[in-house]
Amino acid sequence: MFPAPIQEAPAAKRYAYYALVAIALIFWLLPLMAVLLTSIRSLTELNEGNYWGMPKEWKFSNYIEVFQQTPMLRYMLNTVIITLPAVAGAITLATLAGFGLAKYKFRGNLLMFCMFVGGNFVPFQILMVPVRNMAVRMGLYDTFWALILFHLAFQTGFCTLFMRNFISTLPDALMESARVEGANEFQIFWSIILPLMRPALAALAVLIFTFIWNDYFWALVMVQSDAVKPVTTGLSALRGEWVASWQLISAGSIIAALPPVAMFFLLQRQFIAGLTLGAVK
Amino acid sequence: MAPAVIVFAIYVVIPIFQSFWLSLFDWDGLSPTKKFIGISNYTALFQDEQFWTSIKNNIYWLILFLFGPVIGLAIAILLNQKVRAMRIVKSLFFFPFVLSGVVIGLVFSWFYEPSHGLLNTILGIFGLPQIAPLSDEHLVTFSIIAAGLWPQIAYCMILYLTGLTAVDPEQIEAARIDGARGLRMLWHVIIPQLRPATFIAVVVTVIGALRSFDLVQVMTDGGPFGSSSILAYFMFQQSITNFRMGYGAAIAVVLFLIMSVFIAFFLRHMIRNERG
Repeated sequence: MFPAPIQEAPAAKRYAYYALVAIALIFWLLPLMAVLLTSIRSLTELNEGNYWGMPKEWKFSNYIEVFQQTPMLRYMLNTVIITLPAVAGAITLATLAGFGLAKYKFRGNLLMFCMFVGGNFVPFQILMVPVRNMAVRMGLYDTFWALILFHLAFQTGFCTLFMRNFISTLPDALMESARVEGANEFQIFWSIILPLMRPALAALAVLIFTFIWNDYFWALVMVQSDAVKPVTTGLSALRGEWVASWQLISAGSIIAALPPVAMFFLLQRQFIAGLTLGAVK
Repeated sequence: MAPAVIVFAIYVVIPIFQSFWLSLFDWDGLSPTKKFIGISNYTALFQDEQFWTSIKNNIYWLILFLFGPVIGLAIAILLNQKVRAMRIVKSLFFFPFVLSGVVIGLVFSWFYEPSHGLLNTILGIFGLPQIAPLSDEHLVTFSIIAAGLWPQIAYCMILYLTGLTAVDPEQIEAARIDGARGLRMLWHVIIPQLRPATFIAVVVTVIGALRSFDLVQVMTDGGPFGSSSILAYFMFQQSITNFRMGYGAAIAVVLFLIMSVFIAFFLRHMIRNERG
């Protein structure tokens, strides 16, 4: 193990280590703590200039006020409406495509794979004007579908890369023996490959849920009315309206961040497995 | 497999070519007719001061973002210990990665706020001069990059933590017996074994640097006076705010070409791996 295990070090060094980790952590989370502290302060206290002293009252009601005074709830709901179908769709398409690319050799296989991988890395700006025009022409501009369809299509690239790499690691012998038993290709996929993929599906779902939840650029380009705006552009609009109300903006930021953060802490192992795929090899 | 290829082609592959084509036109995005103007958008672009500011800032982003892998590795080494509560400490270091750009932008805007922000409050405690990170044109880009590094370091850290678990313990023991310790061990034994993690960390960092948009839009809108603009933001501003879609497409093409160099590099590496 590197570095040498700290438990074997002398006590003084061990305590120095704990202190170092604690200081690093506080330093690391400092900007966030500022927001957390502000989110429970009252406006009067902020107006008095008491920003960083002990709060006179803990005002958790800021979190309720955000929902009462702003369309935050609507924004959150919109994000859910956009995110869930896009995640489900992208994963479905990519699982099929990944299976094909991993287990069948055909001409253009590698080329197709490169298309998915390369496309996944392009700057959004090169897609922006045509994708936006397409949405306008199809009458989808400023609707949920504009965002759902785009995210679905774009994330299919990353998901296919992920699925193909995962399915490649499953032994071919499994499929061979099923074929000998007389199973057709669909049965093989459905009853042999799919059950083995559960961990990968979970990892991928958590990961792209976060990506789509946090999208800002496309929300900015494709929708504008409050009825469809997701929480990212919503929050940014609120900031324009509530310039001086940092306590509300802080509370709003925390609320917007909560679902992905909660998802991460609950499904940490899957999340990290998905993210580090390929980092060891 | 066909559906995946079709949707991906419609929304990703074909629009790339359409953008190239569109960059040869003068178009406001609304009128039904587009006027063909050849490479005029590009000649105008190369004379646009804002374009060069954006390019310069993109280069700052690219170079400074490489601190992501470096600091990420340092934190990973610090945290690669099996002591109590380490799991939660690692998660706390990592979780800025799951925050959206908007939230990070707001968090740092508040942190940097000149009159009441925590940064200036702390500087004040130590008797240091007060700064206005987001309205000083010499500081603004660096201040946004620092905010962008926050989740990027977290990402690199997790890649390296995973990489460190795969380092061969026998080699470490052998090196220890040969008297290698600390930095020498790190440089000659550990880092070479972390190559796959380093490769991915550098690739995602470079792409992240070129892709950043959210933070600039949220924190400064490219200001003050366009001094914190980068190509991704400049493109958005020209097409959406100024209705110059053809011009915007030309900027996007330039950004795409810069990025293609790195994408090609990555694909080449991947294909080599495939062929074993």
